[in-house]
Amino acid sequence: MNELLPQPEHDHFRAKAAASEHPRELIIDLLRAIQEHHGWVPDEGVELTAEILGLSPLQVEEIATFYDKIFRRPVGRKVIHYCDSICCWATGGEQVAAHLQQKLGIGPGETTADGAFTLLPSCCLGACGDAPAMMIELKLYGRLTPEKIDAALEKEKD
Amino acid sequence: MPRMKSAAELEEFRQQILAQRDADQPCFTLCSGSACHATGCGPVAAAVEQELEKQGLTGKVRFRRTGCHGFCEQGPVAVIYPEGICYLKVKPEDVAEIITETIVNKKVVDRLLYVDPTTGEKATLENEIPFYKHQQRLILGLNLEIDPQSLEDYLAAGGYQALVKALFEMTPEQVVGEVKEAGLRGRGGAGFPSGVKWDFARNAPGEQKYVVVNCDEGDPGAYMDRSLMEGNPYAVLEGLMIGAYAIGASEGYVYIRQEYPLAVENLEVAIARAEEHGLLGQDILGSGFDFTVKVHRGAGAFICGEETSLLKSLEGMPGEPNARPPFPAIKGLWNKPTNINNVETWSNIPLIINRGAEFFNAIGTEGSKGTKIFSLVGKVNNTGLVEVPMGATLRDIIFKIGGGIPGDKAFKAVQTGGPSGGCLPADLLDTQVDFDELTRAGAMMGSGGMIVMDEDTCLVDLARYFLGFLSDESCGKCTPCREGIRQMLKILTRITNGQGKEGDIERLQDLAETTRGASLCALGKTAPNPVLSTLKHFRDEYEAHIHDQRCPSLSCKQLIAFHIDPEKCRACGACLRKCPAEAIDGGKKRIHVIDQDKCTRCGSCLDACPAAFGAVGKLSGEPVPAPVPEEQRAIG
Ligand code: FES
Repeated sequence: MNELLPQPEHDHFRAKAAASEHPRELIIDLLRAIQEHHGWVPDEGVELTAEILGLSPLQVEEIATFYDKIFRRPVGRKVIHYCDSICCWATGGEQVAAHLQQKLGIGPGETTADGAFTLLPSCCLGACGDAPAMMIELKLYGRLTPEKIDAALEKEKD
Repeated sequence: MPRMKSAAELEEFRQQILAQRDADQPCFTLCSGSACHATGCGPVAAAVEQELEKQGLTGKVRFRRTGCHGFCEQGPVAVIYPEGICYLKVKPEDVAEIITETIVNKKVVDRLLYVDPTTGEKATLENEIPFYKHQQRLILGLNLEIDPQSLEDYLAAGGYQALVKALFEMTPEQVVGEVKEAGLRGRGGAGFPSGVKWDFARNAPGEQKYVVVNCDEGDPGAYMDRSLMEGNPYAVLEGLMIGAYAIGASEGYVYIRQEYPLAVENLEVAIARAEEHGLLGQDILGSGFDFTVKVHRGAGAFICGEETSLLKSLEGMPGEPNARPPFPAIKGLWNKPTNINNVETWSNIPLIINRGAEFFNAIGTEGSKGTKIFSLVGKVNNTGLVEVPMGATLRDIIFKIGGGIPGDKAFKAVQTGGPSGGCLPADLLDTQVDFDELTRAGAMMGSGGMIVMDEDTCLVDLARYFLGFLSDESCGKCTPCREGIRQMLKILTRITNGQGKEGDIERLQDLAETTRGASLCALGKTAPNPVLSTLKHFRDEYEAHIHDQRCPSLSCKQLIAFHIDPEKCRACGACLRKCPAEAIDGGKKRIHVIDQDKCTRCGSCLDACPAAFGAVGKLSGEPVPAPVPEEQRAIG
């Protein structure tokens, strides 16, 4: 297993928490840092966050599950967020979702067998001028067509 | 550059920057907002750098990557200065020609200019293009002039003059007074007068106060805050600092959605640069005013755009709304007086302080002052960000700036105000964009999403879609919101499936009223709007679904059928090859027939059928003609 958080980051958060009047405000940043290194946040990640910030694991858990971009289960190496909001919906977003599902052979919320991709619907990505749109990790793809989706998947799979 | 310790030093620095700049020096600007990243400005930028180097022009020609120019439909957009020649949809292979022809030989590359689709006329300068010509870009305009990470660019464009004026020439009371008199109303949705809100926080007892930037624009269809934050983060910071000074806050937070990584990056660079130069920190410019700011990235959840839940989220609590009062101005972040405004609101502040309340309140209508940025999207020719004075009509925005509806289709409705806004039909196109006018018409200003629909969009399905969205996003804390939305969604789903019942319209109306009256936060209170406004203006569409099992827009899948006209079919096989459900029967020189039981109504056959034949059609509310018997299918 990957380590949860590399030592320098670990120290950085400890120092930040000690200096902060409200260490709790760091909760999402810390969970995200763990997620960035480990891919998702396991129980030990919740416990580590709680310990660094002086909270109970339950308090951290409550936050971890409230936000849908914090993953409490393993995900693929890359997460695809396809937009299911209004502009994308009005410009063929449902076909985009269908094509992705067919191409990857998985449903929303699932991960491909080779562990390459997890597919998740997302609220507006702020790319409405280029609808329909999706993000693979933090990279935005707009004006999607089946061909563009295939090309993006090809490029992003490692 | 060390920290600047006085307004005079700042001015000196600005003059130095200006002195080094030659207005006649050629400059290649390329919009590099997220939208253009998605359409490929990265390779274009690389090509510009390479080509400048190759032609030995590095250093002689400036290359500036700016934020979003707004004309996303035609991106990436390149503007060549000093002439201001505007090229659209630029590709890496165009770059060498632009540099050789336009920058070196001073000639225009005709084929990259904007062509008016109706007159066929070409436009050379940005403001000759109708999309720009009818706008008034007081806020967005700066995006074109600056590299968002460059403090020097912002200073050269007059940045931080408003801050200096506020800190050295005005008392905090005067600043609040100016904002009040300007008549600025919050751009995030509610339209509450910003100056009044500032006053609450200012007068609230307490030593420690906070100012917050809401860049969690969750309203689907609206992305102006992203473009402002990506394109001009210094202006947001400057506005925020002026607000902090007025209110008496020394700490600020910027809450940004995690989906906006470029906004985070540009803002973080801006903060670091401002700190280095003494434009953030202790005793700013020797004025005695201290201010620091932290960036907080969200982690998904629409509700966090709502003020009280956003503050909860900043504290590291689940982002659930609180009943108000107490308002954040009295008890906000960590129970301290807090003023929260969205990005566009903060971006207006430097303008108001620089130009004065009178300049600002001369623009707009009686009740809504200044300009407003809209994201014009959906079924409209020129999608993008547009900034117009308050009081412009929907018709001007959609037809003059937006260039109307693509492909000879008819305009059906425009949806404003995000998921909880409303839909306005063609006979309300002369409505002015103004907080009160839009509300009177049954819609909402919201944060500025303007989604245009043509005749192919079913408005009952639209209402269903929106309620589906809201039911996912409702935090579930209060029953009227949670249950009201769920019940309305159930009925709407039934209607769009062709199982609507007598009385459904009345039931929807009742549920909508109850949800509106009894919910705790704005999400629940406004959730019924899509239902109410579509019922008001498009009741006949509901009735057609319920009484005749007919979808007038031919869009609800359960209510439509695809049919191949035997008279028109030429047996080309295009539909047969495309059909993913293997629902089409046909062969060489045989009329093709759709098996209605297998058909999934995906519409691939309609798209595939060559326009010259036009054999595939959509039906709704009428029986599908019986298939031609097998033995009569041969085409002679
Ligand atoms: S609606 Fe899809 S990006 Fe905004």
